[in-house]
Amino acid sequence: MGRRSVAVGAVIAMTTALVACGSDDGPPTLTWYINPDDGGQAAIAARCTDEADGQYRVVTSLLPREASAQREQLARRLAAKDSSIDLMSLDPPFIPEFAEAGFLAEIPDDVAAAVTEDVVQGAIDGATWKDELVAIPFWANTQILWYRKSVAEAAGLDPENEPVTWDDVIDAARDQDKYIGAQGVRAEALTVWINALVESAGGQIIENPDEPVEDIRLGIESDAGRAAADIMSTIGREGLGGPGFSNQDEGLSMFQFQSDRGSFMVNWPFVWAATNAAVDEGNVDQEVLDDIGWALYPAMSSDQPARPPYGGINIGIGTHTDHLDEALAAVQCLVSPENQAFYFVNDGNPAAHTAAYEDPDVQATFPMADVIRDSLEAAAPRPQTPYYNEVSTGLQNTWHPPGSVRPESSPETATDLIVAVLRGERLL
Amino acid sequence: MTTTEQPVQTSPRGAGRARISDRARSERRLGWWLAGPAFAVMLLVTAYPIGQAVYESLFQYRLTDPDAREFNGLGNYAVILTDSVWWQAVGVTVFITVITVAIEAVLGFALALVMHRALTVLRPLLRTAILVPYAIITVVSAFAWLYAFGSGTGFINQWFGWLPGINEDLDWFGSFGTSVTVIIASEIWKTTPFISLLLLAGLAQVPEDLQEAAKVDGATWWQRLYKVTIPNMKAAIMVALLFRTLDAFRIFDNVFIMTQGAQGTEVVSFLAYRQTISRLEIGMGSAVSVLLFLCVVLISVTFIKLFKVNLASARGEG
Repeated sequence: MGRRSVAVGAVIAMTTALVACGSDDGPPTLTWYINPDDGGQAAIAARCTDEADGQYRVVTSLLPREASAQREQLARRLAAKDSSIDLMSLDPPFIPEFAEAGFLAEIPDDVAAAVTEDVVQGAIDGATWKDELVAIPFWANTQILWYRKSVAEAAGLDPENEPVTWDDVIDAARDQDKYIGAQGVRAEALTVWINALVESAGGQIIENPDEPVEDIRLGIESDAGRAAADIMSTIGREGLGGPGFSNQDEGLSMFQFQSDRGSFMVNWPFVWAATNAAVDEGNVDQEVLDDIGWALYPAMSSDQPARPPYGGINIGIGTHTDHLDEALAAVQCLVSPENQAFYFVNDGNPAAHTAAYEDPDVQATFPMADVIRDSLEAAAPRPQTPYYNEVSTGLQNTWHPPGSVRPESSPETATDLIVAVLRGERLL
Repeated sequence: MTTTEQPVQTSPRGAGRARISDRARSERRLGWWLAGPAFAVMLLVTAYPIGQAVYESLFQYRLTDPDAREFNGLGNYAVILTDSVWWQAVGVTVFITVITVAIEAVLGFALALVMHRALTVLRPLLRTAILVPYAIITVVSAFAWLYAFGSGTGFINQWFGWLPGINEDLDWFGSFGTSVTVIIASEIWKTTPFISLLLLAGLAQVPEDLQEAAKVDGATWWQRLYKVTIPNMKAAIMVALLFRTLDAFRIFDNVFIMTQGAQGTEVVSFLAYRQTISRLEIGMGSAVSVLLFLCVVLISVTFIKLFKVNLASARGEG
C-alpha cells in the first residue's frame, strides 16, 4: 500500500513536471520586474501581451516598495547573472551604477531614436549614461508646490501667477501658524529635497559626475549648499515642518497637508489622486480638496527659477536575458504614448512622452497637467554617478534631522564624509 | 544559613581513559554516527560561510565592479576600527544589550516564578499567554510598535498624555532617547518569554527536599530564594543570560524597521547590512560581519570562562 502511494505520487510529480515543461513551448515569457503601483504596469503588460499576438508574453514580478530596496534586489540578482530579468523598472538615480556594471543590455540606435522622440528632456537625461541611452523612459515624475488657497490668500501670496520662494513659504507658515509639508525623513526623499534646493540655488551636489571615483568633486561647500542648508535648518529648528518632521515622508506630509494646519507642501503628483480618493471614501472633506492649489516648485531667490526634483521610472533590459529581441519589441509597446496616458490616469504617474499630456482623459483627471509638464522641463536630476548610493546615504547621515543642519558646518561635514567613503577610508 | 547546593558528582573520566571497554567504544561510535550528519550540516551551513566571509574581508570588492577587486590585507579592518561610526555602533549595541538583558532577567525570573507556582489547572494557560509575544515574528512586532508610537498612526501619545513628558506632539522617533526607549521596550516585550522559559526549566530542577528542609529550618521566602533557589539554578540563569546576550547583541529588526539607524541608533548588525547589502561593498561588509562574529565569540568565551557556565549542567546532566 505504502509503495503504491509512493508510485502514484511519483507519477503525479512527473505529470506536473511535463505540464510545466509543456508551457515553455509557447511564446517566450518576458518577466518585467516592477515597482509596486496601483496595478497600471500589470495592466500594460497584459495589453502588450495581447498586442504581441503570440510573439511573446509579458508577466510582471513585484519588487520591494522602497527604491533603495528595489536596487538592492536587482543588483544582487544581476551580479549573479540572473537570466530571468528581462525587463525592469528602474529609478533613474541608480541607472549609472547599473550601466557601469554592465547590467543593462545595449539599446540599438533605431530603438533609441524611436523611444526618445517627443519625450521630455529630463527623462531622456535620466536614462542616459556617458552619452548612450541605456534605459527607456517610461514615466517622469516631478514635485510641484501644493498649497491651501485660503492660507496663501491670508498671507498675501498668489503662487499660481507669481512664483514664490522658499522664504515666502517660510514667512507665510510662520505668520499663519501653519505647517510646511516637506520630506524630513532620513531616506531617499531627503536627498530629493536637498538636491532640489542646491540645484535651485544654482549649485550641484557633484560637479564632475563622469570622473573616476578618486577625482569626484562635491559642490555643496558653496553658497548654494549653504543656502540649501539654511532653508532646511530654519524649517527644522523652528518646528515649521510639524511635530514629526524628522520622520516625515511623502505620505505623512500629505496627511499633514490635508489637516487643519496644512499650508504649503512640496510633493509628487500622486497626492492629487490620493486626496481625491480620500474624499470619495469620506476621510477628507470636499472643502479641503477645493482649497488645494498648485504651482511650480518654490525658488531659492526671486531672480532665479527653481529646479524641481525629477524622478519617475525608466525601463532597463537585463543584460543576461535569453530573449533580447522580444524584450526590445515589448519595451517599445510598454512605453507607447497611449500606455503612458493610461498609466497617468490610472496610477497618477506623469508620462515622459509629451503627447500623453494632450490626452483628454489626462487633462480631465489632472487639471495641473500643464504645470507638471512645465516642471518636468525645468527639473534637475539627482547626481548621476555609479556611486549614487554612497552620495545619497552620506547626505542623509549628515543632514538629518533637518533641525540639526547648520549652514556653516553641514556642507563641509557631508563633503568630508562622502569623499572619505568613496575613497574607502570610512564606513557609512 | 549556608548555601546549599546539590552534591557535585565526581567524574570517573580521568581513571577510565587508559582502557576503554568494547561497550564504551561502540557507544562512542554510535555517538559519532548519530551526531555526524548534524555535524557535517553545521560545517556546511555555518563554517563555510564564515570562512568565505573571512576570505572576502581581505579584499576591496564591490559587487557592481567585480573586475576592480583587489587584495587589501587587513586594510578593511583598519578602516573600520579607526572609524568613530563603528565604535558608536558598538556603544549603542552594548547599551541596548545591557539594558534589555538586565530588565529581561528580572522580569523573566518573576514570570518564571509565577508559572512555577501557578495552579496545575492554570499553568498551561498561563504559559501560553506568556509565550504569545515570543511567537510573533520580530519584524511584525517591530511594525506593531512602530505604528503604536509613530506620529500619525500612534495611539500612545493619546493614551498616555497624562504622563509628564508625553503629549500629543511628541515624536518618539525624533531623538535618540525616545527612539532607543521604544526599541528596548519592544525587545523586552518580545523576548522576556524566552528567558522566562529557560528559567522555568531551571526552577523545576531545584530539589523540593532542599526547599522543605529550609522551610523546616525557619527560612523566610526571601531567604529560600537567595540561599536555595538561585544558587541551585545558577547554571540555568547563566545559560539564559548567555543566550539572550548573544541574541540581543545581534539586534537588527527593530532598528531596521523603526529608525533605519537614524537619531544615532545604528547598531553593529545594521552597519554590516549597510556595507554589504546597500553599498554592495562585499569586502568591507564581510569585515564588519567578521568583527561582529568575533564580538559574539568574545561574549560566549567570557560567559563560559568567567562565570563558569556549563552548558551540559543546564540540561540537568551535571
